[in-house]
Amino acid sequence: MDLGNLFGIIFGSIFINNFIFAKFLGICPFMGVSKKVESSIGMGMAVTFVMTLASAVTWVVQNYLLDPYGLGYLQTIAFILIIASLVQFVEMAVQKTSPNLYKALGVFLPLITTNCAVLGVAILNIQEKYNFIETVVNGMAAAIGFTMALILLAGIRERLEYADVPRPFQGVAIAFVTAGLLAMAFMGFSGMKI
Amino acid sequence: MINAILVLGGIGLVMGLFLAFASKKFEVEIDPNVEKIMDILPGANCGACGFPGCGGYAEAVALEGANPTLCAPGGSDVVNAIASIMGGEGADPNAVKQVARVKCQGDNSKTTKIYDYDVEIKTCATASLYFGGDKSCWHGCLGYGDCVAVCPADAIEINARGIAVVNEEKCISCAKCVKECPKNIIEMLPENQKVTVLCNSKDKGATARKSCSIACIACGMCVKACPVTIKNEDGTERKAITIENNLAKIDPEHCINCGLCSMKCPTNAIENQIKEVKKAEIIEEKCIGCTACARVCPVDAIEGKVKEKHKVDPEKCIGCGLCYDKCKFDAIEMHVTEIRK
Repeated sequence: MDLGNLFGIIFGSIFINNFIFAKFLGICPFMGVSKKVESSIGMGMAVTFVMTLASAVTWVVQNYLLDPYGLGYLQTIAFILIIASLVQFVEMAVQKTSPNLYKALGVFLPLITTNCAVLGVAILNIQEKYNFIETVVNGMAAAIGFTMALILLAGIRERLEYADVPRPFQGVAIAFVTAGLLAMAFMGFSGMKI
Repeated sequence: MINAILVLGGIGLVMGLFLAFASKKFEVEIDPNVEKIMDILPGANCGACGFPGCGGYAEAVALEGANPTLCAPGGSDVVNAIASIMGGEGADPNAVKQVARVKCQGDNSKTTKIYDYDVEIKTCATASLYFGGDKSCWHGCLGYGDCVAVCPADAIEINARGIAVVNEEKCISCAKCVKECPKNIIEMLPENQKVTVLCNSKDKGATARKSCSIACIACGMCVKACPVTIKNEDGTERKAITIENNLAKIDPEHCINCGLCSMKCPTNAIENQIKEVKKAEIIEEKCIGCTACARVCPVDAIEGKVKEKHKVDPEKCIGCGLCYDKCKFDAIEMHVTEIRK
């Protein structure tokens, strides 16, 4: 196992190819759940769990079911099926094992089903021809990058509440402007090769 | 083609079985009472019960044995329905709905502004930070509608003259506005309490009069007019309306809603919702002279000896209706003699 390669994947997924700031995937929850740091951490945790698990399962399905039978064109629908089931399973498991966490996450859990970042990371894993370990690591790193972006924006938006924002920019508008500036900052990582 | 159907169907089947298995394995038992109570509750999520929303309250009642009578918006119907599920006593049938009343009539025609409050965000909470608000009366309703925003039933509005008014029919008794008002002007009062001191000014008479033309100036005329005398525990006597901190205060437990204080008040600070002035009249054929009415009359308007026909002095009668309620022989009638504006 090449540790350097894995580190490259982790660093690349978190900073260089950050799912939100570089690939612009999963913007809906990024805007929807970034009003408070607390809830954004909860959302990040749920996404991390689902993304890691979904990466693993979709890799197995792609390499042992779809590819051998030449069914690559079914990739999207099969992956969505798997992700939806996984989210459902996670919801049940969390409700049983930790009712408090379930309450804290609330509506965010089922929302992950429609998070395109999850589908995105599953498909990218296949495109990049990662092996199983790399796939899991990439899934987790991408999710950590997503969480980081969420918490960063939530922190800024909490302070924006008290700022004197001109009326036309209040609310989501200023949040998008902020997110755009953040994305420009993250452009500093682009082009780095590890 | 067959492959595609088999693979996709297979994935679906495996996932479905897996979820079915997981749902059994991770099944969370929900007390059926929680759902039943949830269906009964009004679903306004107003928080009057002190729990986070109707769901939180349903859970607390079913699982933790919380008091089942806390739902103010639901009223006695909901309390009885919950009691029938959980057992225990139902609602008190004599309970009277509590409504919010804004104890201020000092609208823009009665008061002045002491400065121009011209800012982006106009709320009572922010306005009261600057010298207690822009109203000439420190105690008055600022009229920026913090209570309107918090009311879950749309029962409060700011009228054209800049003062909050509660629609008592719509009010669901959640008391959210009471907590929200930075001036503590809103009070929960029983709906059948029709005479209310609509002023919150604790300023001395002269100051209160200067800042608002409809303020309570604590002159004490209402106390003198009040026909109800209550004995205190220490033997002293008080009236159903008293002056505390330069402000008249009605005790709803003893007030008979006769409206005498409202009539006597020189500044009209006391509102009487009863617009009909009534007089009692004794039907001589039915009266047996039991003296019950004479004893209950707060103003001694009924005269007559035992076993003789009684008479009401229309000059003295204040139309409170106490004798009407007391008479067991239907010998007393209440007549509307005048409609107040």
